[in-house]
Amino acid sequence: MSSYSITEPSSRQKWVAGSLVIAYAIITLLPLVWILTTGFKSPTDAIAYPPKVVFEPSLEGYVNLFTTRTRVTQEQLEALPPPATWYEEIVRDRDMVIAGPSRYGERFLNSVIIGFGSTFLSVFLGTLAAYAFSRFKVPLKDDLLFFILSTRMMPPIAVAIPIFLMFRTLGLSDTHLGMILLYTAVNISLAVWLLKGFIDEIPREYEEAALIDGYTRFQAFYKVVLPQAATGIASTAIFCLIFSWNEYAFAVLLTSGTAQTAPPFIPTIIGVGGQDWPAVAAGATLFLVPVMVFTILLRKHLLRGITFGAVRK
Amino acid sequence: MAEVRLSNLSKSFGDTDAVDDVTMNIPNGAFVTLLGPTGAGKTTILRLIAGLETPDQGDVQIGGRSVVADTPAQRNVAMVFQQYSLYPHLSVRENLAFPLRSPLLKTPEAEIERKVAEVAEVLRISHKLNNKATALSGGEMQRVSIGRALVREPSIYLMDEPLSSLDAKLRSDLRIELKRIQANLGATLLYVTHDQIEAMTMATHVGVLDHGRLVQFGSPREIYENPVNLYVAGRLGQPRINVLPADMFGGAPTGAKTIGLRPEHIAQGEGKSSEVKRVEHLGDQIRLHLRLDGHDIVTLSENYQTVEPGDTVAIQPRNPLFFDASGARIA
Repeated sequence: MSSYSITEPSSRQKWVAGSLVIAYAIITLLPLVWILTTGFKSPTDAIAYPPKVVFEPSLEGYVNLFTTRTRVTQEQLEALPPPATWYEEIVRDRDMVIAGPSRYGERFLNSVIIGFGSTFLSVFLGTLAAYAFSRFKVPLKDDLLFFILSTRMMPPIAVAIPIFLMFRTLGLSDTHLGMILLYTAVNISLAVWLLKGFIDEIPREYEEAALIDGYTRFQAFYKVVLPQAATGIASTAIFCLIFSWNEYAFAVLLTSGTAQTAPPFIPTIIGVGGQDWPAVAAGATLFLVPVMVFTILLRKHLLRGITFGAVRK
Repeated sequence: MAEVRLSNLSKSFGDTDAVDDVTMNIPNGAFVTLLGPTGAGKTTILRLIAGLETPDQGDVQIGGRSVVADTPAQRNVAMVFQQYSLYPHLSVRENLAFPLRSPLLKTPEAEIERKVAEVAEVLRISHKLNNKATALSGGEMQRVSIGRALVREPSIYLMDEPLSSLDAKLRSDLRIELKRIQANLGATLLYVTHDQIEAMTMATHVGVLDHGRLVQFGSPREIYENPVNLYVAGRLGQPRINVLPADMFGGAPTGAKTIGLRPEHIAQGEGKSSEVKRVEHLGDQIRLHLRLDGHDIVTLSENYQTVEPGDTVAIQPRNPLFFDASGARIA
């Protein structure tokens, strides 16, 4: 007879749980695998039916993503000096020459500036507001908190037109500042509510101890509350970044040139010289990287329990 | 170190009067304990002195200067909280150094090093200095917490039941240690407790609180021997004072409603016969639970005479305390 414990799962329970997790992982990861592999396929392989699981990898999608090309005749091609780089060679195999870089790099950079900029601003303002709501007597506190939450109740597209008109009047259309402000406004409600929950859980005794130990209120906040709120701040930052990184509707409507982010740009690749699925897939793959790196860097903060046990409740 | 004066101090939270018109003088170098049950306003008084609460009325003076408008940092007080409240993200060493590094003190690093080592030595936590504050036992956490106050030289140390979470052995060790440290430093200390042994053994002065009011303030001996009312009499003494109808033994002054008999106020051998219900052998003393005219009385056996349940013991009062109907002492 095997021993039985109510806390330790049996091997059968572990097996079931493991299978469920694996099944879920397959379902969620499959589209990512599809995107990743499509990026390395040739245009013909990318649209082959039935889909090719085994294929000859090619960097053509990535080359096309970062370049604009023009078609040339066979005579013109032969008249050119031999290709100097590996990517020129790939392009010439398709009877084309590189005309210049694509706009993907700029759009990607826009996404980084706007995504991280608005995340920083939301978390910064959110932490200060959450601390104030958590610790001080704020007049109409509950109403204010509800108002902040209510900004999330409408779908973004419902307010898109008024925002579009406002931005045009204020000269914020298609600017980095405009997009950062807009995404901050949307994210701040999430940030305030999430962070207030985290800060509420940090006992006041710590700040009181710091106040008596000779620190000012702000120093107590900075030296005692912030380090303990690191977990909450990290997870809030991840949520904010994911939102502003992926946001599509506002970006389509409010940006077209200088401040355009990657999400509205990637679909436009399709139109350039036929349906270039490998280039689209390559753009999407690279677009995933920053959020993944950010999340992996902050993952240790996502584990709770920093304050556990230090204050007797 | 400094003298601390509270004048007509009041603070209420909603409908509750946490502190009600308290006037008290904590002399320089005194060890004052505040005694009272939960909710008597002990902690609120500490927080008012520390500046964590603002009084509704009255004044707090430290070293002859009103500090009501000052921030906690400006008051230069040290406080040990009932909950350990060590900074969980810092090591034990950093916790102890935290007050010294404050903008208030700005201690040079070498000095910090020396003071932290000294305090750690006294509290026997030297071997734990590099541990994370959360990786300590309850007793160790509380010693670090006391240490964080001791590294400073504040005008007054405020301690809020600092020993209540410790086991009996550690509690009695630290009690002696604290008293020794206080005497050596000549520190002024205000100590909140509901443990009468702590109050009696460490204090130079005891303040007894009841529903936010300071009922009596004096030396432990004075409070024990000369309580102003029944409430104070009941707070000190183990076993507790026996409260009986005043006319039970005769000789009660006019207006007396009850007679208060501490165990040593009961003389055995002559007087009224009472029945022994239970005998408790505590090692150093033998407690007798007696029954007299339908009232329970607890006293100590004299001279280690052998008594069994069911025996009869004659008792009479010796220097008893008398209280009137409102509980006030009248004789």
